[in-house]
Amino acid sequence: MAAPIAVHLEFGGGAELLFNGVKEHHVTLPGQSEPCFPGDVKQLLVWIQQNLLKERPELFVQGDSVRPGILVLINDADWELMGELDYQLQDQDNVVFISTLHGG
Amino acid sequence: MCQVDEDYHDQLEHADAPSVSKKCAKCKEATAAVVIRAGDTYCRDCFREYFIHKFRAMLGKNRIIFPGEKVLLAVSGGPSSCSMLSQVQEGLSQNAHKKLRFLPGIVYIDEGGAVGQSVEERRRTVAELRALFRATGFPFHIVSLEQVLDLPGSVVTVAPSPSEQPASAYKAAVDHFIQNDGGSRLTPQDEQEASHPDVQESHTQSLQQLIGSAKTLTAREDLLSTLRHHVLVHTARTEGYSKVMLGDNCTRLAVKLLTSISLGRGAQLAQDTGFSDSRYGDIILVRPMRDYSAKEIAYYNRMFTVPSVFIPGLDTMVTDKASIQRLTESFVTKLQVGFPSTVSTIYRTSEKLQTVCRSSSTADLFDRCLLCMCTLDTAVEDASAFKATQISEQLSQTKSPGAPRTETQRQIQAPAESESTAPTGQCCSSGGGEDCGRAAAAGGGGGCCSSAKLPETTNLKSLMCYSCQLTIKDMTSVERLPQYILSEAQRRQRRSQMREEISEFLLDEGDGGD
Repeated sequence: MAAPIAVHLEFGGGAELLFNGVKEHHVTLPGQSEPCFPGDVKQLLVWIQQNLLKERPELFVQGDSVRPGILVLINDADWELMGELDYQLQDQDNVVFISTLHGG
Repeated sequence: MCQVDEDYHDQLEHADAPSVSKKCAKCKEATAAVVIRAGDTYCRDCFREYFIHKFRAMLGKNRIIFPGEKVLLAVSGGPSSCSMLSQVQEGLSQNAHKKLRFLPGIVYIDEGGAVGQSVEERRRTVAELRALFRATGFPFHIVSLEQVLDLPGSVVTVAPSPSEQPASAYKAAVDHFIQNDGGSRLTPQDEQEASHPDVQESHTQSLQQLIGSAKTLTAREDLLSTLRHHVLVHTARTEGYSKVMLGDNCTRLAVKLLTSISLGRGAQLAQDTGFSDSRYGDIILVRPMRDYSAKEIAYYNRMFTVPSVFIPGLDTMVTDKASIQRLTESFVTKLQVGFPSTVSTIYRTSEKLQTVCRSSSTADLFDRCLLCMCTLDTAVEDASAFKATQISEQLSQTKSPGAPRTETQRQIQAPAESESTAPTGQCCSSGGGEDCGRAAAAGGGGGCCSSAKLPETTNLKSLMCYSCQLTIKDMTSVERLPQYILSEAQRRQRRSQMREEISEFLLDEGDGGD
């Protein structure tokens, strides 16, 4: 049983427009019911899409991952160094999504 | 050798993870925080050093900015331009290694009117940026895009450039500056704040109508960027700056390169995406951030808390296919994910572009586009691609006989004639509404008034480069263009007519004559 994880999300570079202009979100991810799937970044994206994204999901997620042009930092480090989508989230992690695209 | 082997396949998949090592590639001690390009990992401090060094190197390599020169920083509030601002601050600070030596000023163009922001929102954004600029200590100017309606005609003329200073003069100038104790002179000036009068509602509406008269988002964005450049150049000229620094980063420029090709701006690529852009003559546009990818800038701003303000633009939250610019951006960013060297390859290609240098002494006004001020690329030679485009355009517009025929025929005739315009068309465009009525009676053309707009559009087109012609074609009415553009157009047409009339009396100058 994975315990609920408290994660701090931030959105910048225009991505906050998709979330009602709110840049910072403190969220608690519910513990997953299946013990063999603890929360990784892929699940986080699904969770964001279902619970936080108010409009235009295609501007944030594309398929399994984020839309190309949106950078992800986990604890102020590049997510490529952490394993991208497979990184297992830990309690009190800080995940930042920065959009580098012209069009939001 | 080439066996379809399951084991081989698995090995390939695992190869990725270990290759991205966790230690900084440079100092090999600290843990890596950023991945730059394909596989270069840097820790925080090495990344910062690398970032700062790149800015200095970019300015030092292209020895264009002389010590003591006044340089205007065009800040849009976005991450690249704010990063540029912080780099300039960093470079001018007393304890910097190899200090920068120019005098910066900041300009921000409030485009809220064109984008549809409310007055309240604009005020809020301006206040936020004002606080940001004040903290830097540089003189700043906050200008609204509505000012474009009042610009003087000199904006779209090429001012004579100051005497060309050879590269060797740079070193001499730097030495001279240091000897004369240049350091003391560069203390931040007392803040001069240009007062920002509230914009009139009517101006905002005119601006919105102007932008709105372009039917496609592509044309709108193109028009907006042209007007923005005009305002920048005008501000630089009036406030006494000789250089303008733009914050275009590598990713944006790669997108801009491909977009420009799609828009028909192939001939102006070097100026649009190069480090320095001297199309205005006396004001040189410089792009010091062109070596930084958007990712590097975003990381730097985040890690070292560089403040920036996100301001929605014309193209915020539009779909991928809304305009050519958006489509190209989505294409490049998607490609970049799978092939991380996409942007840098495009960038390196753009570095190799150069324009054929025509001597500036023959920089006749007739050689420059009315809107974008680049050399005209519309010499219609017999076997050129442009000629082929024109022919297919004419053929596709020939309609069934009847009233429309006079209009289309006039259109077909106009490009075929060299520069002189059809007499009925001319009197319509030069006169006002009342002249049009008279001309209709005198010119004998019943359709004169109704087709008044067509000759006007055609007249302007002959003064523009290919891509600006396309932008104008997308506009429902060119009358909405700011007065300075229209009056400059008329001036050039009159001169060209006059030149036609006296052409047989002109001595053949070899390369200037008829």
